[in-house]
Amino acid sequence: MLEAVIEERIGPAPEASAWREFWQAYSQSRGALIGLALVIALILLAVFADVVSPHPPNEQYREFTLTPPAWHQGGTANFMLGTDPVGRDMLSRLIHGTRLSLLIGLISVTISLSLGVVLGLLAGYFRGLLETTIMRVMDVMLALPSLLLAIAVVAILGPGLINAMYAIAIVLLPHYVRLTRAAVLAETGKEYVASSRIAGAGPIRLMFSTILPNCVAPLIVQATLGFSSAILDAAALGFLGLGAQPPTPEWGSMLAGALEFIQRASWVVTFPGLAILITVLAFNLMGDGLRDALDPKLKR
Amino acid sequence: MALLEIEGLTVEFGSVAAPLIAVDNVDLTMEAGEIVGCVGESGSGKSVTALALMGLVDFPGRVRAKRMSFDGRDLLGLSDAGRRALVGKDIAMIFQDPLASLNPCFTVAFQLTETMRIHGTDAARRSAKRRRDRALELLQQVEIPDAATRLGAFPHQLSGGMAQRVMIAMAIACNPRLLIADEPTTALDVTVQAQVLELLVRLQHERGMALLLITHDLAVVAETVQRVMVMYAGQQVETGPVPAIFEAPEHPYTQALLAALPEHNLERSRLKAIPGIVPGQFDRPVGCLLSPRCDYALERCHRDQPLLEGPEGRKVRCHFPLDPAGYPTGGWKAESQAQLPAETPASGT
Repeated sequence: MLEAVIEERIGPAPEASAWREFWQAYSQSRGALIGLALVIALILLAVFADVVSPHPPNEQYREFTLTPPAWHQGGTANFMLGTDPVGRDMLSRLIHGTRLSLLIGLISVTISLSLGVVLGLLAGYFRGLLETTIMRVMDVMLALPSLLLAIAVVAILGPGLINAMYAIAIVLLPHYVRLTRAAVLAETGKEYVASSRIAGAGPIRLMFSTILPNCVAPLIVQATLGFSSAILDAAALGFLGLGAQPPTPEWGSMLAGALEFIQRASWVVTFPGLAILITVLAFNLMGDGLRDALDPKLKR
Repeated sequence: MALLEIEGLTVEFGSVAAPLIAVDNVDLTMEAGEIVGCVGESGSGKSVTALALMGLVDFPGRVRAKRMSFDGRDLLGLSDAGRRALVGKDIAMIFQDPLASLNPCFTVAFQLTETMRIHGTDAARRSAKRRRDRALELLQQVEIPDAATRLGAFPHQLSGGMAQRVMIAMAIACNPRLLIADEPTTALDVTVQAQVLELLVRLQHERGMALLLITHDLAVVAETVQRVMVMYAGQQVETGPVPAIFEAPEHPYTQALLAALPEHNLERSRLKAIPGIVPGQFDRPVGCLLSPRCDYALERCHRDQPLLEGPEGRKVRCHFPLDPAGYPTGGWKAESQAQLPAETPASGT
């Protein structure tokens, strides 16, 4: 009986305790939980887009162009959120757009995170001229407005979804480099790094397997928040016609394509906008929650 | 041949024109299986000496030496890869703060086996099972209770004494022939200090490895080491065997350090302290570095730097070395009475 109580108070095996501690800190905030739930829902939607969506995303129902949503007068249950100017089902396109948006977020964040971590590690570990060079280039990139820089990169590479991802990755890069470098600077001076050097670890091992694991907490947070800005930037590029090209059901280009109908058929603009809003909000909420849970400075 | 031979080791930081001399012309010879103590107050260059020996002084710092060899191999001319193959295997080091010296991200088992994966025997390099067995064996050797469970523990789950034991286990994992312990007991409380020290000496004895014990705790030195070098402001001021050096210190600094021990002050109400602090980069005296703080300093001390002189194994850097009764010799009395700048013919030991 007593053992059971103690077991309950202290918690079970020590291996699980790190996750348990993390989850306890994370679930403190309701916003973080809502964000996590939304993100999971979005991921499920993206994965099962073909199953969930009622119509193929690019199928044009010519007799149903600009049908209003089901709850409006003249709407039909067949097209829950109405149709766009060429008769494609809005709901299906939005669901398929989730897939694209998450993919854009994932790929751009992965590219810029891996590049940024490597550059940041090099700058923070080797210091000197290398650090100055890397950090000043990053400062120049930060000085330009992010969308402008993305547009410039797309203008060089040519419009398209893949190039938009590269452009966004480049725009996000300085954040990761700076974050990694700062964390590496703080960790490099610690004794365990010296003790690892004394054990005969070379610079590569020191950088990637000794120092890097101790710097991941802020990077996880930044990557989550970077997800939302990647999605936002991709939508902006799509809106400007520099990202996904029609008929790809990308939210930004859906907005752009339906802009002229905003007076007559508000739903064609509202829903893609709402989708972007919800996704960005979900990732931001999750990122904030992660930061609160992972950053020891913010812990009570 | 001696295991470790260092001659004229100098470490400087800062600009070439006005360098901060952290270590000044230090000589050290260690035989296999010998315990040597290195004492001195904070800032006297003890740790930097060890770091230079391990090749860990980075770019702004400059290391020079007439000779620095380990087991006949030249440490100065070693390439980075060659140095990495040597240190960690044949030379190991443990630090002052055990909790900071363990990587917070990994378990004890991982950190223990990591070194073995690189430096270990062929069998250990190949088999993860064997490495784990060895890690367990090491933890048992350093007397960690419930060693099997501790293998899976993260550093933050260990106490300071336990973490220091893990550090020692890591250091001895590859059977080093020289272990440098940089203030191994400073961060621990007194009872644990004694245990850790006892453990170090036992391991040293069992394995016949040489042990360089860096500390500012003279009690630790008196109990454990065979030979001591006393450092002050980057210089060796006195070297000698224990207990002779404690029974009859020849350098005023050693005498003052001993006088500052509570154990030596049973009859006095106030502890004797050494006034002032170790000179820094900009207030380095012209003459003897201790002269501003020395009870016996005379004109000559402020003017000329004394040399490290004396018979092999018992050297002292002082114009007026102390006699066994604790009084300065070498014509100190006459000179202090005269207080004249004129050179006296009598000098040295």
